[in-house]
Amino acid sequence: MDQTDEQVRLLGEDGTLLQHDTYKVDLTDEDLCDLYRQLVVVRRIDVEGNNLQRQGQLGIWAPCLGQEAAQVGSARALRPDDFVFPSYREHGVVYVRAGMEVLSVLGLYRGANLSGWDPQRHKLAQYSIPIGTQALHAVGYAIGAKWDGAEVCAVAYFGDGATSEGDVSEAFNFAAVHSAPVVFFCQNNQWAISVPLAKQMAGPVYKRAFGFGFPGVQVDGNDVLAVYAVTRAAAERARDGAGPTLIEAITYRLGAHTTTDDPTRYRTSDELDMWKAREPIGRYRAFLERAGLWTEALEGEVQAEADRVAAEVRATVEHMPDPPLSDLVDHVYADPPATLMAQWRQLEEFEAQFQAEG
Amino acid sequence: MAQITMARALNTALRDAMEADDRVVLLGEDVGTLGGVFRITDGLLKDFGEQRVMDTPLAESAIMGVSIGLALRGYRPVPEMQFDGFSYPALDQIISHLAKYRNRSAGTQPMPVVCRIPYGGAIGAVEHHSESPEAIYGHTAGLKVVTPSSAADAYSLLRQSIESDDPVIFLEPKRRYWAKQEVDLPVSTEPIGKARVLREGSDLTLVAYGPMVKVAMDAAEAAQEEGVGSLEVIDLRSLVPLDDATLVASAAKTGRMVVVHEAPQFLGMGAEVAARVSEAAFFHLEAPVLRCTGLDIPYPPARLEEAHLPGVDRVLWTVQRSLDF
Ligand SMILES: Cc1ncc(C[n+]2csc(CCOP(=O)(O)OP(=O)(O)O)c2C)c(N)n1
Ligand SMILES: [Mg+2]
Repeated sequence: MDQTDEQVRLLGEDGTLLQHDTYKVDLTDEDLCDLYRQLVVVRRIDVEGNNLQRQGQLGIWAPCLGQEAAQVGSARALRPDDFVFPSYREHGVVYVRAGMEVLSVLGLYRGANLSGWDPQRHKLAQYSIPIGTQALHAVGYAIGAKWDGAEVCAVAYFGDGATSEGDVSEAFNFAAVHSAPVVFFCQNNQWAISVPLAKQMAGPVYKRAFGFGFPGVQVDGNDVLAVYAVTRAAAERARDGAGPTLIEAITYRLGAHTTTDDPTRYRTSDELDMWKAREPIGRYRAFLERAGLWTEALEGEVQAEADRVAAEVRATVEHMPDPPLSDLVDHVYADPPATLMAQWRQLEEFEAQFQAEG
Repeated sequence: MAQITMARALNTALRDAMEADDRVVLLGEDVGTLGGVFRITDGLLKDFGEQRVMDTPLAESAIMGVSIGLALRGYRPVPEMQFDGFSYPALDQIISHLAKYRNRSAGTQPMPVVCRIPYGGAIGAVEHHSESPEAIYGHTAGLKVVTPSSAADAYSLLRQSIESDDPVIFLEPKRRYWAKQEVDLPVSTEPIGKARVLREGSDLTLVAYGPMVKVAMDAAEAAQEEGVGSLEVIDLRSLVPLDDATLVASAAKTGRMVVVHEAPQFLGMGAEVAARVSEAAFFHLEAPVLRCTGLDIPYPPARLEEAHLPGVDRVLWTVQRSLDF
């Protein structure tokens, strides 16, 4: 992967296929159609997340609207035995990697769990809300995998804002020194809550990699085929022992930061409209049409699948029970201290008395 | 008199402090254009400009380290940590430098930095947004740790903190941000280091601070109505320095004490108060000082936070345990 100053693109804004010297589309027709299905389903899950929050079923939701191509394209380029370290907005990554495990994410935002899935099951770490921290976990995992002679890579997802945290720069350097099999995947969605890129950094993200001694590449994050191709190449490079790559996917957060945020306080509707026109799913559908792959039947199937997933999301969340009280203490330690267990017995005593009193 | 929220009182305190001293500067994530995620800095960018109200890159260690540098240059920075759970990247700067600067410079270099941190739970938030890290800061010599429970105290304590030449960790109880109080600003309340007896009582003393003061007051009210007893309520207001004298006098008077806080119990403020009161008022005590606190667990998911946090019922239950002792 050469150092490049140009953004990698394989799809024009109208869906025309572009030629690229390094990156090619080598997906089967079936895969190309399935990619469309995943994009549409992820968008629908996100819509449900917003709706459920509005109905009081979730405490908060962090929409991924507009970032579907960056998430689906990159996650699809990985193998099941690679290990993924998401941030908190990667619902598309979770869906591609772990299917309906995405319901646990809704549980997290409902306040019913703490992400709570087994990270080894889908080789997918829990969401990491403290910004940028997970980048270092990816490096550690990758170094361990390298020591074990495993041909796998670790992928860290983070945002443009996260690149300001020390942990992320430390991760770049540590990975470079160890030539660790890591893919750093930055979704540059132009905003960190209300802070625009210009206040976050004075040079492009991907160029930092060169300073640390490894390649960086900027890709059109709303071009699902380019994201797929670039991520696949970086993952292969990592598994082949050539070390880390930093991918900067240029995209846009079309929704609010979270459902408690009001973006009209800090960004213009002109900017929003400009990016709406570049949203990724319409562009990909136009490509499928040009390629003769889009049919009414495909659209029907995809929409039916989105409806099915949306219904499952709604039904599951609306009937999600509150966690049992014992969840307070059950998973804190492998071997809980006696002081904690005494506290727990006291709480049980209190709760029992309270109930007895009515 | 006007009805104002704690959020409004804090906003006004920042504005008044900036008007009084042009070396006072604010910095943090989203404090400018957005006015902070809790709107505590609302409108200040517009009136004071980008130099005095800085939207920083997303880096807490940098926010604190840069604040220390600004203080060395003679500014009085008021950095904001967006949430309790995101203040930890700044701990190295706070513990290794902010708290130690005066001592390492043989008393020559003041560190007038006020680190504002919204803290505590009961707002139904997702993980890392509801923590109570006061013991970490209280355990770090060189820092003052202040936490208001009302709009009036929020205003006065923040003004005093900004005027302090010692670094202050200013903990804002986020569940109380929108609670209103009748008060005219500016207002001047007791100095940092003085606790306040909010309610006189004769049978037992409840000790609380920040988010738990309202709970303690409600419990005292309920205890009165239900004939449980007459409870005195102390609002600590500042955890460092701690007002030993007020605590000991009250314990000597009532003979019983329950300390209430959201933070985990182990090595918490309750342990410190209990040890001090036992030492100084041992022969006056009718019962050991008891604690009604959060469990010694990572903050639970929102749907379990009510059981984790002390509420009026659990406070009263602990009060009864003391009375029955
Ligand atoms: C260490 C830390 N500091 C602050 C926050 C609060 N916070 C949550 S998201 C966010 C902005 C993140 O921006 P970016 O990395 O660009 O990701 P995006 O939200 O755009 O996906 C901030 C400041 C946090 N979660 N963790
Ligand atoms: Mg961003």
